Amino acid sequence: MHIPDGYISPQTAGGLWAMMVPVWYTAGHKVKRTLRQRQAPLVAIGAAFTFVIMMFNIPVPGGTSAHAVGGTLVAVTLGPWAAVIALTVALVIQALFFGDGGILAIGANCFNMAFILPIVGYYVYRLISAGSSPRGARRWIGAGIGAYVGLNVSAFLVALEVGIQPGLFHTANGTALYSPYGLSQTIPAMMLVHLTVIGFVEAGVTALAVVYLQRARIGLLAGEKAAAPAAGPRLRPLLIGLLLMLIFVPLGLLATATAWGEWSPEDIRRRFGFIPEGMNRFSGFWSGILPHYGVRGSFWSSVPGYMASAAIGLAIVGGLTFLAVKLIHRTKKSD
Amino acid sequence: MIETEPTLPRWMIAAAGAKAPATSGRRRRRSAVERTIQGMAHALRTSVFSEQIAARQGLLQRTDPRAKSAGLLALLMAAAIIRTPLLLLTLYALTLAAAASSRVSLRFFIKRVWLFIPVFAGVIVLPSIFNVVKAGDPLFTIWSFGHEVRLGPWSLGTSLAITRQGLAGAAILILRVAVSVSLAVLLTLTTRWSDLLKALRIFYVPRVFVLILSMAYRYIFLLLSLASDMFTARRSRMVGPGSPRDDRHFAASSMGTLLGKSSTLSDEIYAAMVSRGFNGEPMTMRPFRMRTQDLLLLVAALLLAIAAVGGDRLLG
Repeated sequence: MHIPDGYISPQTAGGLWAMMVPVWYTAGHKVKRTLRQRQAPLVAIGAAFTFVIMMFNIPVPGGTSAHAVGGTLVAVTLGPWAAVIALTVALVIQALFFGDGGILAIGANCFNMAFILPIVGYYVYRLISAGSSPRGARRWIGAGIGAYVGLNVSAFLVALEVGIQPGLFHTANGTALYSPYGLSQTIPAMMLVHLTVIGFVEAGVTALAVVYLQRARIGLLAGEKAAAPAAGPRLRPLLIGLLLMLIFVPLGLLATATAWGEWSPEDIRRRFGFIPEGMNRFSGFWSGILPHYGVRGSFWSSVPGYMASAAIGLAIVGGLTFLAVKLIHRTKKSD
Repeated sequence: MIETEPTLPRWMIAAAGAKAPATSGRRRRRSAVERTIQGMAHALRTSVFSEQIAARQGLLQRTDPRAKSAGLLALLMAAAIIRTPLLLLTLYALTLAAAASSRVSLRFFIKRVWLFIPVFAGVIVLPSIFNVVKAGDPLFTIWSFGHEVRLGPWSLGTSLAITRQGLAGAAILILRVAVSVSLAVLLTLTTRWSDLLKALRIFYVPRVFVLILSMAYRYIFLLLSLASDMFTARRSRMVGPGSPRDDRHFAASSMGTLLGKSSTLSDEIYAAMVSRGFNGEPMTMRPFRMRTQDLLLLVAALLLAIAAVGGDRLLG
């Protein structure tokens, strides 16, 4: 699951860093508000705990063993946003000190394993266990299913990030500059093993650990309310939207036809037989800013250009939405 | 491990010696419990050796951590951008030179870097050099089938060959991974962890995050030894390998136990911090000093990174 440096392009890695900055900001804010001064020791020990359980070898039917991530377990006990920070810290220490995952790829690894995994895992858990007592069976069932879903979504993201590389970044004769395998190879390779084996290992261990906590340390499960997201700016829709966009950006590349209404002057001429005078005049202006969505004839062929434009657009839209939500929230508060 | 220092007891080094990674399937299979213990011992050893090397008097150890991390980051970015194998090889040679001038034994450095990430990258990338996996211009034809071979819905083409693109792509990937890992290892081997964390402040990492990082690192070793004790206790009570089902239950309950202990620990640490006057804002004691030679080294690293990317544009 840890992507080393060199497998993904700096453009991909940078884009995911950019996506993580608002996530870290939000997480830091939420944790500060809910835990106050206690945040530093609690999150630090949570991170150390996460790091240590990532080293556990879990036996897999068939004889080998797999490592657990434990992200959902941490989210269930510390709350999702404290888990984001704890997992980030654990991943940073792994990358800096033990060489698990690259340094430039920290953004990507955190996006997959410290953001999407605990958030997805936690909300699946909440969905299933809502209203149940801390000792109820729905708690461990929810945690197990949450761990399974969270891990698989995160594995799918790894496959996407690595799989888009050869199509986007290659030399003129087709030599891959980063990971050489396309989506048709990375998705089956990642998903087969995660859907069938590793996901169940993670689910089983998470569920068993929650059962253990129900028997021995019930306070850790009951106390989750304190860390659960309090009323605040509703960021969930924004984050889900960002996630959907990230997933659908590569789909735009697969569409061969031009998008309706996004015709270039040449397309218009082909369709209508002439170019409107005003369009001809202004087309030069726009291509100066984001030339045809891709800088022609340079390192970025049109496809990486499309990706980069999508990333820039995403960042701008995301930033503006974030600001708008913040502003609305602030005005509401002052009312 | 080459650098056996007298400070570590012999059994600690011998216990998890140069054994094959956990994936070796044919030999007597070590149990998951044993593998976990060995993995933890390995992590402890790695960090002890790192701190010992960071305490030596070499070129990079003497450099200001801020200049060093900024310079190495610039080179890391250059290594991610350039696509000429020759330039990547040059960068790799430079990391070797930097290691040698920082009193890191080259044999140790090469082993630490290549085992096991770049070797693993090599194994992963291997299938992509063949035309049946990834299309390309054939360089060496290994086997001509004479007719088109089909495997269900997939066509394998008329021959099995190593492609020019596949080979070049594999070389670029392995070299890029090796250079990136070398740079990262150089930074962490020659910098004390506490200094490295403080250097993060120049990248605008919030102070509280740095505090959490340093506390987490401090308590990883406590929790590691707690977990390692639990696993050792378990192993010493077992005759022969346990059933995988029991091992899974054991792993899950030890996670739960560890979580409980961590929670108690964090309460106690918080109480200790408050009683020493902690009010939520961390303070740093020792300021860094940037000297001329640090700045020179930083400028050299930046120029090198720019030259590498520029040279790549000229050659590519």
